Amino acid sequence: MKKFTKIASTCLPIETENIDTDQIVPARFLKITTREGFGKYLFYDWRFDKNGKPKENKYFDYSNNRSIKILVAGNNFGCGSSREHAVWALQDFGFETIISSSFGDIFYNNCLKNALLPVVLKPVELNKLFKILEKNSKTKITIDLIDQEVIVGDNYIFSFPIDNFRKTCLLKGVDELGYIFSHEKNISAFERRHQIFISR
Amino acid sequence: MKSRTLFQKIWDNHVVTQEKGAPVLLYIDAHILHEVTTPQAFANLRKKGLKVRRAGLTFATCDHNVSTIDQHNIRDAISRLQVETLYKNCHDFGIPLYGLDSPYQGIVHVIGPELGITQPGMTIVCGDSHTSTHGAFGNLSFGIGTTEVEYVLATQCLLQNPMKTMKIIIDGKLGKGVSAKDIILTVISKIGTKGGVGYCIEYTGETIKELNMEERMTICNMSIEAGARAGMIAPDDITFNYLKGRKFSPKGKKWDGAVKYWKTLKSDKDAKYDNVIKIDAGKIAPLITWGTDPSTGITTKEKIPNPKYAKSENERKNMERALSYMDLKPGMKLEGFPINYVFIGSCTNARLSDLREASKIIKGRKVKNGVNAWVVPGSRQVKLAAEKEGLDKIFKDAGFDWRWSGCSACIAMNDDKIPAGKYCISTSNRNYEGRQGPGARTFLASPIMAAAAAIEGKIVDVRKYL
Repeated sequence: MKKFTKIASTCLPIETENIDTDQIVPARFLKITTREGFGKYLFYDWRFDKNGKPKENKYFDYSNNRSIKILVAGNNFGCGSSREHAVWALQDFGFETIISSSFGDIFYNNCLKNALLPVVLKPVELNKLFKILEKNSKTKITIDLIDQEVIVGDNYIFSFPIDNFRKTCLLKGVDELGYIFSHEKNISAFERRHQIFISR
Repeated sequence: MKSRTLFQKIWDNHVVTQEKGAPVLLYIDAHILHEVTTPQAFANLRKKGLKVRRAGLTFATCDHNVSTIDQHNIRDAISRLQVETLYKNCHDFGIPLYGLDSPYQGIVHVIGPELGITQPGMTIVCGDSHTSTHGAFGNLSFGIGTTEVEYVLATQCLLQNPMKTMKIIIDGKLGKGVSAKDIILTVISKIGTKGGVGYCIEYTGETIKELNMEERMTICNMSIEAGARAGMIAPDDITFNYLKGRKFSPKGKKWDGAVKYWKTLKSDKDAKYDNVIKIDAGKIAPLITWGTDPSTGITTKEKIPNPKYAKSENERKNMERALSYMDLKPGMKLEGFPINYVFIGSCTNARLSDLREASKIIKGRKVKNGVNAWVVPGSRQVKLAAEKEGLDKIFKDAGFDWRWSGCSACIAMNDDKIPAGKYCISTSNRNYEGRQGPGARTFLASPIMAAAAAIEGKIVDVRKYL
């Protein structure tokens, strides 16, 4: 897994709430058997018409430029389907952090597994951030995982929560699998005492 | 000993270990696979040289991508490759597969219970958010992403923090024509699409106790639509009777031992929940959603709400966006609104009892001219059982398409798509923008509401048929 410590970037604000993973990647693009190349399908039905021609929309008009690393989204981002493809698409498009006031549970977990940092701000802070970005879309934001802070220009610092264990994984760039394997003895011992009633 | 909820009992029973400062290492009893969210997990196992730890606790089928017309012939090359990749992965790693040539093929959340894989007290995961369905049997079941699929394949474990617990008590007598779908649509409209985020919901109360297993599955299925990763219902005689004699259910003495244990699986009387909600079943009416999220259920006689009166600026924007996508106006009633498609299917409402109930409305009647109506049974076994009872004939005589099993127009990954701008009354679980096809407009409702709409070509209150 990639390391995550600190990034600075301009942001793409999408204030729409309840953006489900079907919007992030429509289901018909989930047929691919690899993890790569999902960026072109990101928000596909928002960005393209039925003939695949770019269509006018509020968010992606100005930027098919993929240098923006931070997506700021309305409440309950990533609700719905469990598809990890949503995370892969956001990353492939260039995003490294998603800021919202809450996330779908499965999406949030999927982000952490891929070092796409999900940042939860308080609703008032998120609204403030949207206002700042509305005034100046070029505002640069710094995300500091070590101090768990979102630094907005010279004026605002918002702190965000994250599970300590997951934070360490992100800072070190290690996934959870190695940790789970290190408990092999415990798992085997558990299997000896645990009863499962599936029978054949 | 401290009083515990059902969730806590199951959780405690699956803790392998927990180190200070780390999440719990949770053991997984059953893992169900389908073609869409697993190929990348197997690719990683190969890359890392890992094996599947418990192939015998892993089960696979193909459902999302498969054709419901000519099932053995997936015409789309990429879809076919995905299904064939699942076959190869199951073959190479020794995992039992219920593929397109199996009489047990079907939607993951339909075949798990049907085969008796889904049992009380277990932990069950699947790379699909509607895994919450299995909780109807009194177990902890939740959807996971592909990386977690890889972890479970390799270790049979996941690192998890405990969920918060919410108790939803539903008491009272359900009215005529009110189904399990209406109960869960009512729950979601009450707590909202994120009201359950971070929670496992336990459904309880007199109304729930009287529901059959298929109705309980419909309720737990849509827990995720309220944001909750898991829903559960304490097991009882109805649960045990359902499981007895199924393929993977325990047999003989093992059955007796299992039932003895399963009977302990209920929340202690004074167990503490993080949240408790009460709903009066007598006040629930058949609902239909007007918007683009599942919390927008209203009766056919209620007016579509006006964004002017939204509680917040954000809610106003959400409502305006939904109204514009659905091309509906505030103040309108849905009664009499014309529909173009009817979809009876999905892991929410495509089990035998769903088809039986819908067929009672359809029997001796015709689908309205110009309406496309499909029945997609949840599994081969559901299809066979329905055909044995002659339900297929009732639907076909009325003008319905009688299809092969799969996820179909719930997710529109195969050819079963609703065209842009068209309206579909659907027994599935999500009415998101584009969910049933780009530009498709979805009204979520129960199977009998969908059946009544098929006959009239417009939305009606099914109770006039009862």
